[in-house]
Amino acid sequence: MERAVHDRGGWPTDARIDRREHELADWELLTDALVGTLMREGVMNVDELRRGIESMPPDEYERASYYERWLYSVETALREKGVLAPGELDRRLAP
Amino acid sequence: MSDHGHDHPHAPVTSGDEPPAAARARALEDLLVEKRVVRHEDVRQMIDWLVSRTPADGARLVARGWLDPEFEERLLADARAAALELGLDPGPSPRVVAVENTEAVHHLVVCTLCSCYPRALLGPPPDWYKSLPYRSRAVSDPRGVLSEFGVELDDDVELRVLDSTADIRYLVIPRRPPGTEGLSEEELAALVTRDSMIGVAQPLATAPAG
Repeated sequence: MERAVHDRGGWPTDARIDRREHELADWELLTDALVGTLMREGVMNVDELRRGIESMPPDEYERASYYERWLYSVETALREKGVLAPGELDRRLAP
Repeated sequence: MSDHGHDHPHAPVTSGDEPPAAARARALEDLLVEKRVVRHEDVRQMIDWLVSRTPADGARLVARGWLDPEFEERLLADARAAALELGLDPGPSPRVVAVENTEAVHHLVVCTLCSCYPRALLGPPPDWYKSLPYRSRAVSDPRGVLSEFGVELDDDVELRVLDSTADIRYLVIPRRPPGTEGLSEEELAALVTRDSMIGVAQPLATAPAG
């Protein structure tokens, strides 16, 4: 079985580690807090968050930033639970 | 963050240097508030909690352990309970495990699958902890990783790499620096850096200036 994209332990790479510090942007904190609130309210749990992240298409996973993966996952979970209708968030964002 | 009512059309909410995800996150919050799935106040409170978390709480645990061997035993046995004993918030994760660095053993913490981390006690994980190269190489080349962070271990020191999960998060108790006898708990805690509690650094030898 091919290894899943999130399973990084020992993944062959020589890439150096970028050690620059990064203060979380407002939207990153918001995403974190939204997920935390949804978990506290029992709308979703940490395993669902992980499964959503792990179900991202591999190339998207590699490209996405950390909180972009969270956002993808929480949207997926909320759609599956019927909290969000398909396309609802996109319609809200449409100009 | 939007505090506006919903009797007018939404103004554009992206600014120049933000990724599209920023507007998406804000729109998602708006939708969830409208649907009464979450309350805006609760999300704000969660943000306040997140930004209030720093490595200072973890450092206090370590410093107390350095000073009080009986406390350190309790910390090693059950870090959640030890945190509660000092009135600290260990967060929602079911188990926090403290491990002790010694002359013979050094611990390095990673989450190869994602980013699990004792956030309540250490604040948000640094970006590099969540990065793909760290998650890969902490396992395949841990001594190389340590060396990149400026830590050279003697060959006879055993290096244990701990892979975190959603259910178990690790906190490293670094070795107390020599020459720190007589320092107070607060002075000792100032030597305990975030990175030393992840295992990619030794604690400071002297207190930072200022």
